[in-house]
Amino acid sequence: MSSQVRFTDFKSDKQPTWCPGCGDFGTMNGMMKALAETGNDPDNTFVVAGIGCSGKIGTYMHSYALHGVHGRALPVGAGVKMARPDLEVMVAGGDGDGYSIGAGHFVHAVRRNVDMTYVVMDNRIYGLTKGQASPTSREDFQTSTTPEGPKQPPVNPMALALAAGATFIAQSFSSDALRHQEIVQQAIEHDGFGFVNVFSPCVTFNDVDTYDYFRDSLVDLADTDHDPTDFDAAKEKILDASKEYMGVIYQDEESVSYEQQHGLTENMAEIPDGAPEDAMDLVREFY
Amino acid sequence: MPADFNWAIGGEAGDGIDSTGKIFAQALSRAGRHVFTSKDFASRIRGGYTAYKVRTSVDPVQSVVDRLDVLIALTQRTIDENLDELHEGSVIIYDGERTTMQDVEIPEGMIGLDVPLKSLAEEAGGAIMRNVVALGAACEVSNFPIENLDSALEKRFGSKGQKLVDNNKEAARKGRDYVAENYDHDYDYDLETTDNDYVLLNGDEAIGMGALAAGCRFYAGYPITPATNVMEYLTGRIERYGGHVVQAEDELAAINLALGAARAGARSMTATSGPGIDLMTETFGLVATSETPLVIVDVMRSGPSTGMPTKQEQGDLNQLLYGGHGEVPRFVVAPTTVSECFWKTVEAFNLAEKYQLPVYVAADLALAVTEQTFPPEAFDMERVEIDRGLVVDGDSIGEWQNEKGQFKPHALTEDGISPRAFPGVDGGAHMSTGLEHDELGRRTEDTDMRVEQVDKRNRKVQTAQEREDWDYREFGNSESGNLVISWGSNEGAMVEAMEYLDEEGVDVRFISVPYIFPRPDLSEEINDADQVIVVECNNTGQFADLLERDALRRVKRVNKYDGVRFKADELASQIEKTLRQEEVTA
Repeated sequence: MSSQVRFTDFKSDKQPTWCPGCGDFGTMNGMMKALAETGNDPDNTFVVAGIGCSGKIGTYMHSYALHGVHGRALPVGAGVKMARPDLEVMVAGGDGDGYSIGAGHFVHAVRRNVDMTYVVMDNRIYGLTKGQASPTSREDFQTSTTPEGPKQPPVNPMALALAAGATFIAQSFSSDALRHQEIVQQAIEHDGFGFVNVFSPCVTFNDVDTYDYFRDSLVDLADTDHDPTDFDAAKEKILDASKEYMGVIYQDEESVSYEQQHGLTENMAEIPDGAPEDAMDLVREFY
Repeated sequence: MPADFNWAIGGEAGDGIDSTGKIFAQALSRAGRHVFTSKDFASRIRGGYTAYKVRTSVDPVQSVVDRLDVLIALTQRTIDENLDELHEGSVIIYDGERTTMQDVEIPEGMIGLDVPLKSLAEEAGGAIMRNVVALGAACEVSNFPIENLDSALEKRFGSKGQKLVDNNKEAARKGRDYVAENYDHDYDYDLETTDNDYVLLNGDEAIGMGALAAGCRFYAGYPITPATNVMEYLTGRIERYGGHVVQAEDELAAINLALGAARAGARSMTATSGPGIDLMTETFGLVATSETPLVIVDVMRSGPSTGMPTKQEQGDLNQLLYGGHGEVPRFVVAPTTVSECFWKTVEAFNLAEKYQLPVYVAADLALAVTEQTFPPEAFDMERVEIDRGLVVDGDSIGEWQNEKGQFKPHALTEDGISPRAFPGVDGGAHMSTGLEHDELGRRTEDTDMRVEQVDKRNRKVQTAQEREDWDYREFGNSESGNLVISWGSNEGAMVEAMEYLDEEGVDVRFISVPYIFPRPDLSEEINDADQVIVVECNNTGQFADLLERDALRRVKRVNKYDGVRFKADELASQIEKTLRQEEVTA
């Protein structure tokens, strides 16, 4: 591909079937712009998507992509990146995919610190199955399966990530196009696992966590004196339940990616036509 | 049958049984003798009984038998557990100074050699070497020159310094000399040596080596008995070729990591056992419908659920053939010997890439833990062929793009095989999905396309059936009316059972099948035979069911599901008994 990649090159010719007004439009646009802005093109980019409304993103974007099994997008992305460190890997999913069925993989993906970007479209609801509570739904959020609310505290994904040793934690808002793009771009540029929780409102099934709610309540850390390299300051913000924050909350500038730790530089797709030249040495080990 | 010698060391878990047994097996192998080993784990009584058994001969050995000639017993229980296999004249070496062995009972007719293993080891430099003292004693009993033990001790301890090697050699000699000086029995054994070079390895190692030979560059797994050795073998070796091993958080992640690497173009593999296959079955359908080449090794153990984790069984066949919702093809190959674990793994990678689907390698515990000798030529790397199937690059991709320049990873072709473009190839960007999809890999619910894609995936099976040799291995008298068929690891026991049957005047044609799906068409062989017996280590006869369906004829079954592999002599008598049974007509 030529060096003049435009973000629309990352768009497929399939029209999204998301509900009009869905936050996922803005989330995806920001991802495409961030990819183009960081010098990537569709042929060197691999997008892995989970299951749910968010999972459809692989169809609407144009790149090498796999639309996976519910909750298991992160290990797929890690496998791609380990085998092909030359590729740009982006994993996208929703709050159900990432923090419920895939919560175990989320913690271990954070620990592993593979150099890839994880964008979670967090709408605090299960949209594709028409409105059940998600792991980030509020305690009193009434849905068809939780008529009196889940009666359990929502998962705090950023706290989970911080506890697991995250090297990059950010939060953005799908309708703040510029900031969202900037934040995803920083996650791509981060040398390690770049985690971005994106408030991506569901206009059909969630009448609590709405555009208006986020617009009114979000505090942009760029407007404060927050220092993302300060772990304690990040911890304080992440555990502060009284506010919703936007921006890069934590970044470990000393981050060493999994691939660097393990010296993974080879393109594993390239192999010889037969057994390796010294392969009989493998046999002789068993003398 | 070969003039064989059967030896074992047994004790509590933690007594160093495995490593001592391995040293003896290695010494025999290095002395140019054939070796076949097996391991016993506790089942009948609570506790940690474990034993390492070695069968050896100058001729090839490929099975265990119900006989034990020399036993090193570190506990009374070791003797009790093996009473059936011990015989008149069997030698039992034990340490009468060990408090638990003071009242040891040596069965009548057997020779008990009380050797102060611990005290002699201390004299040589440390009590930890008591098992090596016992090895020295065993050398004297079996007329096996102790120099042969030296090279195995050097291999085992060489990296820890010459002093330790010398101490161990000294310990072995103390054991040998003690027996020579204190006992005056006539032992019947003479372990002659040859100039032949053999290598000694187990099935897990052969699978790992096959993967390296085949260009596997990525392995993700989660530790599970008895498949962990595959991962341990690859760790530290795959890196030499630019590859990588990941220990995943669970089997769900393992197969998805491996899937990611495969989508990225790497030859990729995971290995597990039944409980892991259950979890991986979730992602299996995605692998198959996204037409991703992946090798999945199932080292079967006794099920269901946690079952008997250290016991033999071939009970996963139906799971591998039918596991997962919906219908989508997968291949299943089943190596029949330790060396075939190598070759079938190599083949699995080629099949996976040529036909772009998951290939299960159905090995089992009996293969995985058995150390067996082979001439190195059995693993002749020159014979390894690599066929990556239909892969396109920047030059050839145009043939597989539509009028809009979009690449078609699921192009509808006559043989069902579509092109693969590895990420990075210009103009190849495409998506794959577990959703039903069109030629571009994008979701569709179009009824015609659905049918076309299902048919296309199934056409790959027909193509493979036409293009590949789905052959079988045949032994015995091909004219015999008595046909015995087995799959997987039962081959060795059956081949040796035929020698026992021959002595009884029973003539048998034996077909050993390494391909489960696709598989050779045996309907003619089955229908031409007077009697057909299918041998397998499970309760219901899962392979027998398949053959009955193929041949439309009832077969007799010999099944074993007590957790222990077939032994040659035992299998022979079962075959004989089953041949005398009335014909199955139901």
